Amino acid sequence: MNRTPVLTGVIAALTLLLTAPGQAQIAVRGKKIYTSSGVVLTDGVVVLREGKIAEIGPANKVVIPAGFTIVDAAVVTPGLVDIRGTVGLTGIYNNFGHDQDQLETSAAMQPELRALDAYNPQEKLVAYVRGFGVTTVNTGHAPGRLISGQSVIVKTTGNTVEEALMVETGAVLADMSSEALQGSGSPGTRAKVMSLLRQQFLAAQRTIATSEAEAKKVTVKAPGKTTTTSKPAATTTKTNTTATNTPASKTGDGSPRDLRQEMFVRILKREIPLMITAHRAQDIASALRLAREFRFRLILDGASDAPLLLEEIKAAGVPIALHPTMQRAFGDTQNLSFETAAKLKKAGIPFAIETGFEAYVPKVRVLLFEAAVAAANGLSTEEALSAITIDAARILGIEKRVGSLEVGKDGDVALYDGDPFEYLTHCTGTIIQGRLVSSDRN
Amino acid sequence: MARNRGQAGSLSPSDEPFRVKFSLLLFSLFLLASGANAQTNGGTIAFVGGRILPVSRPPIEKGTLLVKDGKIIAVGDSSLTIPADATIIRSEGKTIMPGLVDTHSHIAGPAGGDSSAPIQPDIRVYDSLNMRESSVKKALAGGITTANIMPGSGHLMSGQTVYIKLRGGKTIEDYFIRDSAGNPSGGMKMANGTNSIGSPPFPGTRGKSVALIREQFIRAQEYRKKVRDARGDASKLPPRDLGMEALVEVLDGKRIVQHHTHRADDIMSVLRLQKEFGFKVVLHHVSEGWKVAEEIARAKVPCSIILIDAPGGKLEAVDLSFKTGAVLEKAGVPVAYHTDDGITDSRLFLRSAALGVRAGLSREAALQSVTLAGAKMLGLDSRLGSLETGKDADFIVLSGDPLSVYTHILQTYIEGRKVFDRDDARDALFAVGGVGAGEELRPYLCCADEEAAKR
Repeated sequence: MNRTPVLTGVIAALTLLLTAPGQAQIAVRGKKIYTSSGVVLTDGVVVLREGKIAEIGPANKVVIPAGFTIVDAAVVTPGLVDIRGTVGLTGIYNNFGHDQDQLETSAAMQPELRALDAYNPQEKLVAYVRGFGVTTVNTGHAPGRLISGQSVIVKTTGNTVEEALMVETGAVLADMSSEALQGSGSPGTRAKVMSLLRQQFLAAQRTIATSEAEAKKVTVKAPGKTTTTSKPAATTTKTNTTATNTPASKTGDGSPRDLRQEMFVRILKREIPLMITAHRAQDIASALRLAREFRFRLILDGASDAPLLLEEIKAAGVPIALHPTMQRAFGDTQNLSFETAAKLKKAGIPFAIETGFEAYVPKVRVLLFEAAVAAANGLSTEEALSAITIDAARILGIEKRVGSLEVGKDGDVALYDGDPFEYLTHCTGTIIQGRLVSSDRN
Repeated sequence: MARNRGQAGSLSPSDEPFRVKFSLLLFSLFLLASGANAQTNGGTIAFVGGRILPVSRPPIEKGTLLVKDGKIIAVGDSSLTIPADATIIRSEGKTIMPGLVDTHSHIAGPAGGDSSAPIQPDIRVYDSLNMRESSVKKALAGGITTANIMPGSGHLMSGQTVYIKLRGGKTIEDYFIRDSAGNPSGGMKMANGTNSIGSPPFPGTRGKSVALIREQFIRAQEYRKKVRDARGDASKLPPRDLGMEALVEVLDGKRIVQHHTHRADDIMSVLRLQKEFGFKVVLHHVSEGWKVAEEIARAKVPCSIILIDAPGGKLEAVDLSFKTGAVLEKAGVPVAYHTDDGITDSRLFLRSAALGVRAGLSREAALQSVTLAGAKMLGLDSRLGSLETGKDADFIVLSGDPLSVYTHILQTYIEGRKVFDRDDARDALFAVGGVGAGEELRPYLCCADEEAAKR
């Protein structure tokens, strides 16, 4: 067969790419390229140079530089962005004490727990989702406690979390569903949940007020120095790519640091969003109420009953990390629908589809599959792709780096041999920052 | 299955006329409610012009399906003669295939054996079912017409399963698939591996698990001998033992063992027991089936596969692969898929077969895997599982290729009667979800609670 040498060549090239330590220079040719930036290219090329997208356009206009490895695919999309999961904290074995670090149950509120310190980049399930095109995940502590901890935004590659890291704290994760009312140390009623959160926010407001008063004193004493930290709170959207971890509450009065309180301060200062799991309409309404009172950046998570409150959510300008389309419907989620994504789109509410968390199986959901079922139930192909690429990136505040195929963004690309959402199509490759990190036919 | 003989006669003769009248009344109301719907009542219905996938033979473009009195009376191409009095339903652009057979489901809230013992063959799961659960309606929306409802896998033997048709109705009796003697049909649920291991009286190891099962089957052999030796002499018969009676049915091949098993060595243990005692068995889940495909093929034992979106969840399922179906098919093993609902969603049953094809299963085997192959595994293939003359008129009408994500199930028919219609808002609610489609009942998740308890 005369195809064999070609195939061998392709395999050799792929192997070289997979094993090459540095960033290979790749040009991706796609019969169809969904850019998630409003353009769909037929016969297009994406040129990846030093980990970034250097050029993108029609094949007859883009010149592929000499020496670049060419990778072909029927369909090309941006690397997929999972707006909320637990992969890497949750492991394949479901073995408590070994690979189940997604939920600390010792207290109801522990926002100081960093996913950064719990994420295992070598977890098999991370490689698994990478094989289905996922390149960026906002992963962290699971629902199940009022505040279970933080999330971290990582790329699905790297031997260490430091290598994988994009954003140290993606969000602080709260749960206002029925599940958070169970377990030792948890509040027993919904009203108590709200009371506890209000008290925390009031305390954080006092800390900020004290801190600002101190800062003023310093300013008065030494007018030449610029020690004030008076950023306009409403517009701050930090997308730091390096680990800062600076104390947010420099009181200057010598009082000991309180890691827990610092997180509430940062939420109030809108430096990081509070992602609240709420499925029932009444819980969604409570989350909106709390956000109105304290003006933090709210992302609704789950939101099974969102179709019952479209106007309210729209008016509040709150985005949604929507439950997996195929999530099980029972208890708080009993009203969930395959068509919710389409309803949110029609209502103009920003949303992205998440993989969420499963206590049992599947230990991780495949983001592509969840978007596929939404695409089969009212979303267009482009809309469904946006919900797992650019829309997720925007809600997380990382859209300058990932989420679409545009010049200057990270070279994160997913390849397919057909319609990405069809059951019979395979994800044939995943590229992260210009490196082919998966070439399995999944 | 003689033990159930008394059951059908629970109605006293004096109740009968009332019941008949009441049924007629209900039927009339039903006809009124369904308007001009061509629900067979003697007349022939002809589905004409659609693509027909009989499963037992190649697809028929522009096919004709004739249905009368709940049975298929003919399947063919456009040359098939349509009786003059037939009601014609145009099916151009649509696909018609047999109703789906789910070989392993937990819809309607089954609760089999309790925690008192690891082996409870006397338990009949149909005594526990709530047919009003929305899980039943969702299964219909998924095109499932026949299901094997199983008790859980937390026992070595958790009880008798029940094979049902999702006809609708008020009680489980309306759903039974009765055998020629009029008894409800079903299998025997068994399990091995970690799920059925526990603290006493449950076995603590795999060796103990098999020992307990062997002991039980040897007792059943002895019981059977006593019954046979009595030759109908009541004075010589052993005292009736409901568990033993069910196990004798298993030994006699009248009740198929439906066996939960994941790990390769556990699969081999089932095959060893099967060889020793000669019962009929279907291997369920078979996460590591691909590792012992040749051995399974040699034992001539079929497999019903669970397809989960990701491997893991427990140590036994870490090597779960989409490729299992393809590997087993290649080895010559009959392959079915199952939902294990609520582990996977009944509405997405076809998706399991499609993902099997994604990983190398043939299209033909995939279509059989959710229909005829499943029917064979339940011993019901003479009645259902394919579109053939004389079989029950159980079929689904689809908007396109059954293996496409974009295809919707438009109608589901059981015994010639339409039991699901996506055009009806009440049915569509269960197909897509929304307020009213759910239920407060927790779905069956065999091990989630145990895992949670360990936290």
